[in-house]
Amino acid sequence: MTEMTISSGEAVLFWILAPLMVMGALGLLFARRTVHIAVAVAGVMVGLAVMYIANEATFLGVAQVVVYTGAVMMLFVFVIMLIGVDSTESLKETLTGQRWLAALAGVGLLVLMGAITTRAALPAPVGLAEANADTNAVGVARILFSDFIFPFELTGALLITAAVGALSLTHRVRLGAKFGQKEMAAAKLKAYGAGASSTLITNRPNPGVYARHNSADMPAVDAAGEPVEASITTVLRIRGQESNLPSAEELADAGRPYGQGEEPAAVPGAADERKELEQ
Amino acid sequence: MSILNYLVLSGILFAIGGTAVLVRRNAIVAFMGVELMLNAANLTLVTFARMHGDLTGQVIAFFVMVVAAAEVVIGLAIIVSIFRTRGSASLDDASLLKS
Repeated sequence: MTEMTISSGEAVLFWILAPLMVMGALGLLFARRTVHIAVAVAGVMVGLAVMYIANEATFLGVAQVVVYTGAVMMLFVFVIMLIGVDSTESLKETLTGQRWLAALAGVGLLVLMGAITTRAALPAPVGLAEANADTNAVGVARILFSDFIFPFELTGALLITAAVGALSLTHRVRLGAKFGQKEMAAAKLKAYGAGASSTLITNRPNPGVYARHNSADMPAVDAAGEPVEASITTVLRIRGQESNLPSAEELADAGRPYGQGEEPAAVPGAADERKELEQ
Repeated sequence: MSILNYLVLSGILFAIGGTAVLVRRNAIVAFMGVELMLNAANLTLVTFARMHGDLTGQVIAFFVMVVAAAEVVIGLAIIVSIFRTRGSASLDDASLLKS
């Protein structure tokens, strides 16, 4: 067999792509947000596909793009969306020193594998020019459908099992009756009739509307000039994205000082009146 | 450039993936570490196929890909169902057998 030479173009490709892939993979260790990690790993997958094609594995390169970046990583992004993008990772260590031991294990693995690959007595590379004579896909198919026909049939069974398993794992059996809008209204009215004074039958107040702000994150103002917390949706409150009411100074900067002009926003004495009502 | 560079790169990716599995607490991120390890092994298989002039390595890599796709589907379904019942995707929170 003839010996294969690696073109300088491939070397350039490798030295551009390899650092990018390692950086993307390092995102797995150091990035905070899960979505960023997913995108970085998808980039690594694309880089791997290019490397497969450079290694004369055209079919695998295309399959890599379709299967990994197209299906697997998008499935990951989909699940991240389901589970919640904002789910933060706790930094508390349950096992003391586990992080350092893991880093040590990773470095040890790296050194071990690097030493083995660089010091092993490997044969001179042959190259796939002969095997790929009738295009790579044909060469792979010849082996796949002759020597590996039984494992190939088994993968069919595996894929069907996986599909059914995923369906049964994510299937949810409804245990109680469905609690819809109608039932919610009935329950609210029932609670109100039973004398629960804090229950609202009507909608909660809408958020305040100001020309300079996104109205969804601005609280409504009650009669005493205080912000109404309940007027902002729970999602924005949990994320801490609600805005504060503009202060008197901010309004003054905008050219309309609070209390000057036609009518004051906070009615004098309203706060006292509310206190009396509360008592 | 030697063809060994591909092997070293795949070793680096494998070590990073393994460390991510050990270090990260988020189940999804640890799972992506597993995926990275599988892909690093695939790169080794493809490189050895080229080194030996034999396409069988590529066929094995293809099988690894198929099994990895099935594994991702099941793994993510398990993560989603754990999240539904326990409200958390952290690996530390699934400790019912401990106490």
